[in-house]
Amino acid sequence: MTQYIIRKILVAFPTLLIISVLIFAVLALAPGDPLAQFALNPAIPASTRNRIREQFGLDKPWYIRYYKWASSMTQGEWGYSFSSKSPVINIVMQRIPQTLQVVGISYLIAILIAIPIGVISAVKQYTLFDQVATFMSFIGGSLPSFFTGLSFMLIFAIHFHWFPIVYSTTLKITDFVTLKQAINQMVLPVLVLVVQQTASLTRFMRSSMLDNLPLDYVRTARAKGLNDWAVITRHVVVNSIIPVITLVALGIPGIFAGAIITENLFRVNGLGQLLVTSIQSSDTPVVMALSFIFSILVVIFNVIADIMYGIFDPRVKYN
Amino acid sequence: MAANLADTTANDIAELANKKPRTLWGDAWRRFKRHRLAMFGSIVMIVITVGVLIGPYVWTVNREELDFTAIMSQPVANHPFGTDDLGRDQFARALYGGRISLSVGFAAMVIAVSIGTLIGAISGYLGGYVDEVLTFITNLFLSLPTLPLLLLTVYLFRNDVTAKLGLEFGMFVIVVVMVGVLAWMQTARIVRAQFITLKQKEFVEAAICLGVKRSDIMFRHILPNAVSPIIVAATLEIGNAILSESTLSFLGIGFPPDTPTWGRLVTDGSQFLQTTAHLALIPAALIFITVLSINFMGDGLRDALDPRSRL
Repeated sequence: MTQYIIRKILVAFPTLLIISVLIFAVLALAPGDPLAQFALNPAIPASTRNRIREQFGLDKPWYIRYYKWASSMTQGEWGYSFSSKSPVINIVMQRIPQTLQVVGISYLIAILIAIPIGVISAVKQYTLFDQVATFMSFIGGSLPSFFTGLSFMLIFAIHFHWFPIVYSTTLKITDFVTLKQAINQMVLPVLVLVVQQTASLTRFMRSSMLDNLPLDYVRTARAKGLNDWAVITRHVVVNSIIPVITLVALGIPGIFAGAIITENLFRVNGLGQLLVTSIQSSDTPVVMALSFIFSILVVIFNVIADIMYGIFDPRVKYN
Repeated sequence: MAANLADTTANDIAELANKKPRTLWGDAWRRFKRHRLAMFGSIVMIVITVGVLIGPYVWTVNREELDFTAIMSQPVANHPFGTDDLGRDQFARALYGGRISLSVGFAAMVIAVSIGTLIGAISGYLGGYVDEVLTFITNLFLSLPTLPLLLLTVYLFRNDVTAKLGLEFGMFVIVVVMVGVLAWMQTARIVRAQFITLKQKEFVEAAICLGVKRSDIMFRHILPNAVSPIIVAATLEIGNAILSESTLSFLGIGFPPDTPTWGRLVTDGSQFLQTTAHLALIPAALIFITVLSINFMGDGLRDALDPRSRL
């Protein structure tokens, strides 16, 4: 098992490498001269501009620039933000916990809700419960996150005043009251993602269950006298969950996209909000770093899903 | 007596011959009609499409006219969707925004499905190393963080492309190309699976024996047989592309601020959520209804064209 996990982690590195080349290529291919604004400044002659270009290594071929970029990325030297002048890595590191909280909690809740609903839906196929659940999951899957977000804001924050509209970034958890506040302000951003993720996971779980229910091993389990509960939970669910894990992994880019929207809507100071504000203020070093961070996070979550797959599916060969 | 019998048989045969045969697409249409939600979705989509196409000719209020007598108006007869903080008619703006949403969705789908079909066909038909490389690329694209990359590329290319092609059309090109380029993977997987099964069928063997060119076998013999799942994927892709575009506009990165895309209307309206919530909720609901209807249609098409699958 340990070997399997290590191998999965090792396989992730080439993927990251290729993604980093891709992102770098997009950046290198992008039109526009980074020194364009100096060209307009009469105080900076062309010779100075060329010297700056040499100093930053912009005259070197792309593979040397990639090597330099990649080696300083791995050493944590991500440059300085244009707008706040502080090191990019510090800004990013401050933001990571909020995003992971929102994404992690909502994915966990979504899985905990979706799997039982999917299971019941499939076992009681075509009953009222199934029809309502299927219909709801269809609607949930088509809801744009900003629509759910705005509606929740309107209903739960503006109308009922149950939760704050805007996330307070200065809140520090010191006692029970602030802890409750901290939880309260997480509810709405998390709920938006829960709706989005639960919908698709329920559908996957239901259809995976439906694929397994008519199989021979289920009949065998019934024939040897197991009761329904044991057949479903110990046999069918365990087998049905395996393909769902792959789909959970495939949904990871989607949940980060959802996080970008919900963070912007509720002003959660996470990576998604930082990305949008940096794009709006043309803060290239931060935008570059964030695109890479998002890729790393997606790859890490994929590795976790792979490991889960190994745990749930005993047929996976460990060596 | 005997002549009579021969007559009736002849009549029956004539009647049968005159009867239109049941075709594959006729059967599919019959199954599609039975799917009530899909029919509902189709009707809604027809209404929305016709609405945004001819709407601006019927509803002749200028979408850029500032009506200072009616600022932040509630929905009333002469402003069915209300007006914004500058007194612009939201209905006229929404009609225009719908054109953008639908055309972005359709154009991005065409790009995504073309790339996906090409890669899936080559990968499935040729197999071997080519398949391995293309499958690796497909999986790599599946693990890319789509929205951040979409934001990044729009950010990097917007100035140059919009300078060349004009603000709105330039943005349209960037958004459509990028959404399409980041969304072909699902189609590629489906087409690949189809090609792997179909290439072993007798009609392909026959074509090979006749010396048909490889590209003709792939695209003129196999592809028409794989068209049903592609249609389903394409339909769902339109919905996804519309969602991607409106997300970009919602985040304020995409079409220029005064272009009233649905996503932009939602962002602008969300500032006034406490007083005039309909400014944000109506365009958001339009996006939702459009995507929902498209998804219903996709579901119905799947039932109609591919009765075996259950997802």
